[in-house]
Amino acid sequence: MPVESVFPQLEPLLPQIRKPVQYVGGEVNATVKAWDETDVRWALFYPDAYEVGQPNQGIAILYEVLNEQPGVLAERTYSVWPDLEALMRANGVPQFTVDAHRPVGAFDVLGVSFSTELGYTNLLTALDLAGIPLQAADRGITHPVVLAGGHAAFNPEPIADFLDAVVIGDGEEAVLAVTRIVREWKAGGCPGGRDGLLLALAATGGVYVPRFYDVTYLADGRIGRVAPNRPGVPASVRKHTLLDLDAWPYPKAPVVPVAETVHERYSVEIFRGCTRGCRFCQAGMITRPVRERSITTVGNMVKSGLQATGFSEVGLLSLSSADHSEINEIAIDLGDCYENANVGLSLPSTRVDAFNITLADELTRNGKRSGLTFAPEGGSERMRKVINKMVTEEDLIRTVTTAYASGWRQVKLYFMCGLPTETDEDVLAVADLAKKVIAAGRAASGRKDIRCTVSIGGFVPKPHTPFQWAAQCPPEVVDDRLRQLGSALRADKQYGRSVGYRYHDGTPSLIEGLLSRGDRRVGPVIAAAWREGARFDGWTEHFSFERWVAACAQGLADSPVDLAWYTTRERDYGEVLPWDHLDSGLDRDWLWEDWQSSIAPDGAGEVEDCRWTPCYECGVCPAMGTEIQTGPTGDRLDGRRLLPVLATNGR
Amino acid sequence: MGGQFSPPGAARDASREPVTTQQLLVRYAKRGKMRFASHLDVARAFERGVRRAGLPIAYSSGFTPHPKISYAGGAPTGVASEAEYLSLTLTSRTEADAVRERLNAALPDGINVIAVTEDSGGLPASRLTASEWQIDLPGLPPDNVVPVVHKFLALTEAPVERLTSKGLRRMDARAAVVSLDVGHDTGSGTALRMVVQHTSPAVRPDDVLNALRDVSDVFPAGQPLMTRLAQGSLGESGVVQP
Repeated sequence: MPVESVFPQLEPLLPQIRKPVQYVGGEVNATVKAWDETDVRWALFYPDAYEVGQPNQGIAILYEVLNEQPGVLAERTYSVWPDLEALMRANGVPQFTVDAHRPVGAFDVLGVSFSTELGYTNLLTALDLAGIPLQAADRGITHPVVLAGGHAAFNPEPIADFLDAVVIGDGEEAVLAVTRIVREWKAGGCPGGRDGLLLALAATGGVYVPRFYDVTYLADGRIGRVAPNRPGVPASVRKHTLLDLDAWPYPKAPVVPVAETVHERYSVEIFRGCTRGCRFCQAGMITRPVRERSITTVGNMVKSGLQATGFSEVGLLSLSSADHSEINEIAIDLGDCYENANVGLSLPSTRVDAFNITLADELTRNGKRSGLTFAPEGGSERMRKVINKMVTEEDLIRTVTTAYASGWRQVKLYFMCGLPTETDEDVLAVADLAKKVIAAGRAASGRKDIRCTVSIGGFVPKPHTPFQWAAQCPPEVVDDRLRQLGSALRADKQYGRSVGYRYHDGTPSLIEGLLSRGDRRVGPVIAAAWREGARFDGWTEHFSFERWVAACAQGLADSPVDLAWYTTRERDYGEVLPWDHLDSGLDRDWLWEDWQSSIAPDGAGEVEDCRWTPCYECGVCPAMGTEIQTGPTGDRLDGRRLLPVLATNGR
Repeated sequence: MGGQFSPPGAARDASREPVTTQQLLVRYAKRGKMRFASHLDVARAFERGVRRAGLPIAYSSGFTPHPKISYAGGAPTGVASEAEYLSLTLTSRTEADAVRERLNAALPDGINVIAVTEDSGGLPASRLTASEWQIDLPGLPPDNVVPVVHKFLALTEAPVERLTSKGLRRMDARAAVVSLDVGHDTGSGTALRMVVQHTSPAVRPDDVLNALRDVSDVFPAGQPLMTRLAQGSLGESGVVQP
């Protein structure tokens, strides 16, 4: 039966709200398929506003991968702002997709991509607006399978009550595998009902169905055991790893938004994974190993992507873009190809020690100069050793000198506060660093009007990292250090006015900490916060710490644990962590040794990058059957090419 | 890699060869769902559209080159239009009809190019001094509206207020209205047609509707569908399009 568009009910509401265009769809490259000509239908949900969710690379990739399949339909849905939410409730308009304005509740699968834990409450809003019971246990055969993915789904336990299934790792092949299982189950007359489908998914070993696992607790509040509660369900669930990124050149033709969004560019992921080994970095730990796209594929994707979208900026994405084995060649060749086409190039994540004069020149060709941001993360050399971000002060000064000499007037520096073993002095060292940066910049540029912006936020220990056992720094301590740093920056007569200072309060980080390392007992806390109005928790103007504190008191009333227990408490080796049964491939003992090494009293041990030094046995490749896939390929773009220089990894 | 790059919308390098420029006047529509696009949204769509269409668009010189597209004041967000205008500068001559077809293939549905003409007159305010608007009032019989319109037209002044980005602005809706006619819509409802002069601050069709609401309560709540039908200079028999 065809599913009717809800647009006729939505349309009269649109003149009454802010930025209505975000809800109307109809963008270039959006896909609308006939409902009845498909048998597996996905609603892809990004739990934030359109302006943030639309540019998300993960959703863009899966949208194309799924819609390329015959018989499969994928549409996008985003969180609606409170102004529209109120009107939708008053007028009985359900959560809808922007592509064909179909009600989300009519789809087979509701795929949710979590980039941050602060999006959890937005999931509840969408489920509620869609008419899908919040608790997975209350859902029937007509409801979509609510399937989570994304980095913040690597510990889905806090939202386990609300999810039917979870996939960790790369989504490209996983969504196709799930599609096949859903198709077979539907074609076979839905054997076993809803549980039959979930059991078929769980049996693959690559889909986590929280309801098929029981968690027991010890008297002191720690977890006793997490174990499957029925046959056919594996004890642990593996992450997915896509090998050979050249075979998956997505997104080819991403949706071009009409509404203004946070990133307006054609983005190519030039590699996935990072093995620099920064101990705080969940992304770097859970996306191993490094898999590069070749310069040739990058070039082809940029060419067709720009033609398909009309964007005037190309973003070369990865966790550390300047680390691509042929980044200079990519930048130079793209610069040559687009010399007169007014196309700008940006490298959103650039390591201090990998930036160089070639990149500086290429990024400024055409006169388009995107922002330049580096993340030393720690203010002092000691701190950077603890987190294994091995960037020296000399690296930083050399890099900013290059940037200022190449014409940049402003450089942004990112830091974290509240790292393990951190003292006031470590944070105040940021001020010294900023002064040296300004001094170097003035000398290099010969101008006094250059600037540097220091941006700093509270550190949140994350699952699947060496810091997963660490105590999170209390917000009072973080806020006090940030105040001290602000005073130190302002007090400086010579440089103070050249340094901008942006900081994030410690309290949202504490809640992020709760949601990051929480277990299933945090579910009622999330539900309580949501019932009291928690929405868009990643947005300062919507976040309320008091609401969350009250929700913790309510949701954890009958348990021996509280907000502090989840956040500012250090864990020991033997404690069962809520995500231990989700296998990211990292060897637990390696993580523990790396954690111990970081806080060693005689100074932190250093871990080098396995791309350039021998394997240090983090465990991922053997556990997952994967390998490092990097160049150089020796190829060049635009047929200008030289012969291959080195053999490639099977390319 | 195989094949040459052919950059979309590549502009010729001004320093290497003489630039023949061509000025085009574009009339376009904002229809259906796309009426909810703001003026800035439409501008972004056109900048991408000319690149997707591979038009040889000219760029401004300077530190951050911008495509040479200039826009006449747009219909308000939420208001449809059959008569929006912009002008384009191209670096090589392209047939006007081809420009229209290529743009229509490159733009989102609902932002539709209606006509492209060679025209070097640009878009000075003196070319676009009035608009004809239609307000659809389905379900409201014209007989109920006619007396209200008569009352409105008999006023010497119809002050209305609107919150703009510059704060609360007061304007005289009556003074800007050149004509106001009541007709049938496609069903049994009313289509209000009006010619309104461009003033500063601009009097929009919803301002006129609000002034009518001050006179009578026959109008249903909520924002009805409003459409700009024509835009141009004021002639003997209405709006003369450029």
